[in-house]
Amino acid sequence: MELEAKYPTEKLKCWNKAKDIRMKYYQDYAEAHDKGGLRWAGGAWTFDAIPAGLGDDVYPITSEPYGATIAFDKDLSLECMEAAEVQGYPRDLCSYMRNYWGSIIIDKYPFGYNKDGEFVPRFKGAKPLGFPKPDFIWQDHICCSHAKWYQVVSDLEGGIPMFTVDNAVGPANELTDSKIKFVVEQLKDGVKFLEKVTDRDYDDELLFKAIRNHFVSTSKWAEICELNKAVPAPLDEKSIYSLYVLGTLQKAGKQVADFYEKVLLPEVKDRVKRGIAAVPNEQFRVMSDTQPPWSFLGIFRYLEKFGCISIGSLYTFGLIGQWEVKKDDTWGPKTIPDMEFSSRDQALYEYVKYELHRPEWQHFYSCHLKSDMMIRIAKEWKLNGVMLHYNRGCEGLSVGIAENRLALLDAGFPVMAFEGNNADEREFDEARTKAKINAFMETLGAK
Amino acid sequence: MITMGIDLGAKNIKVVILKDNKIVAKSNVLAGFEVEKSAKKAIDKAFKEAGVTRDDIEKIVSTGAGEKLAPFYDETKSVVGCDSLGAVFLHPAARSVIDVGAEEGRGMRCDETGKILDFEVNEKCAAGAGAFTEAMSRALEVPLEELGALSLKATEEIPMNAQCTVFAESEVVTMVHNNVSKANMAKAVHDAMASRITSMVRKIGFDKDVVLVGGVANNIGFVDSLNKDLGLEVVVPKDPEFVGALGAALAAAGWKGGA
Repeated sequence: MELEAKYPTEKLKCWNKAKDIRMKYYQDYAEAHDKGGLRWAGGAWTFDAIPAGLGDDVYPITSEPYGATIAFDKDLSLECMEAAEVQGYPRDLCSYMRNYWGSIIIDKYPFGYNKDGEFVPRFKGAKPLGFPKPDFIWQDHICCSHAKWYQVVSDLEGGIPMFTVDNAVGPANELTDSKIKFVVEQLKDGVKFLEKVTDRDYDDELLFKAIRNHFVSTSKWAEICELNKAVPAPLDEKSIYSLYVLGTLQKAGKQVADFYEKVLLPEVKDRVKRGIAAVPNEQFRVMSDTQPPWSFLGIFRYLEKFGCISIGSLYTFGLIGQWEVKKDDTWGPKTIPDMEFSSRDQALYEYVKYELHRPEWQHFYSCHLKSDMMIRIAKEWKLNGVMLHYNRGCEGLSVGIAENRLALLDAGFPVMAFEGNNADEREFDEARTKAKINAFMETLGAK
Repeated sequence: MITMGIDLGAKNIKVVILKDNKIVAKSNVLAGFEVEKSAKKAIDKAFKEAGVTRDDIEKIVSTGAGEKLAPFYDETKSVVGCDSLGAVFLHPAARSVIDVGAEEGRGMRCDETGKILDFEVNEKCAAGAGAFTEAMSRALEVPLEELGALSLKATEEIPMNAQCTVFAESEVVTMVHNNVSKANMAKAVHDAMASRITSMVRKIGFDKDVVLVGGVANNIGFVDSLNKDLGLEVVVPKDPEFVGALGAALAAAGWKGGA
């Protein structure tokens, strides 16, 4: 049953640009050595402005989006998972991590060159490259899997120099000067480590630029998500996944900051102004939580047949986006610090102080902090209900999710929970999830 | 007005035909491997009993895991939605419904019109569904229809720790080696299953008038265990396995509570 369109819709004009940035990112990493550059690996949350001080030819690969990229390629993902399992890594570990390790074990990169020499995903006909070994690892440690993740990567690759920053200093509402300095001092040690292992001189001017990019990427992404408060919503979550990912790849990169600030934000503002809907038959608004089951993004399109849009989630808004409570008590983009950097110490202090407010770090300290943010989104983004993914593939982001469910119910929002796994498709049951969605849509009043 | 509800469950296909909201026919056929053929057989059987043809039926609603495999229907509706409609129709005070079928256990809370307020469905696991008792009846070498009465003769409460049908079967083997009586083992099976269902239902909460539907509601041993676990007496309607199909037929009639 197709519902009648209530609003005009159109495709995002910047869609291809976003895809190009992502493909170039993976190509740059793969080809870094050919250009005399360096490769480094670390998590999407790592302080990625720091390695930027080594030069403009230093290319990262962030672990979680890499695991998700493999997950989207079902055949490769299964191969990776099974390879990791053969080596004794159990199925209850982070599924991104198992994809990543498997990719090293079977020595397959999910990209390569097609017969015309274009750099394309493996599932689009590329002959896969081997996994490009990083020159060093630059990681942070707040999620329980993160530090171990790269310890294993280093072991599998025969030893890669690794530096891990302990950033688990407590929630943002209890932040103190000494906690900020605890992280800053580690970053300063990290700079020395990077100089030593790369034999390069560190350039503070490049660091300052990267921190600026970081501020812009994370604040502007929040501003883009804030625009989804509009009815009809200009963006749907399935599209948001393809856009937020750029921030998870290289939030301190100029190409990402520029894209968010100069391309995507103006386009989304224009959509709101003209009443352009992501889902033209929008009748119900929900949000999700944690990573989706990447092999089954079709469930978000399935919602549309009921006139339901998922407007995003704390995950898509706050994994990379930085937020603050505005004077009118609503959530909006975090204000970018208005100052010139004059020293490494000062720049790092501002960087860390800003970064420790990351919304998706707060629930590691208390599920109630996450519930408060979710209820705020449910109210301010005018939601009819919530779909929670009990994600067996990510214990970091799933911790406390059952408490979040109860808090949302207490706040008056209907909740549907479904079990699955972000990257291990063997743990997701599409038919049953759709049956649950059918019932949930009935409870919201859809026919 | 004549309406029909078809519930294509994992194991059985149930059909109910209503005339002015009164049941005039019902049929129950094993789904087997050729579900569409079985559905047709179930429908023909109900047609015959009601003395009607397809042309006499004003509206047909299909539900269940195989809802789209019905040979003809006007609309589909979720199982939980149909269960709650059927339960409230049969027991107007019902505000909580538990459905234990062959493949799934479900819990739901609803209002006086049968509209779902909240629901929970057990995940990919047989241990909270009829398939569990079937596997256990095989392991105990006791016919399924005798398992319930047998468990009421139990003299001891023996905890079954396994949360999985496969492991539970090996636990039964251990009990056999320990000379545990079949009655005590049957009770252990029902207690384990009731505990799983109760834990699912507690997630959404329940109000006092709880109606138990689905084929497993015919198992008096399971009902006894569930009552003890929930701390109340659930209401088991006559022919509980037909409640989903009844709800589908009611949905086809546009029934929203009341007489």
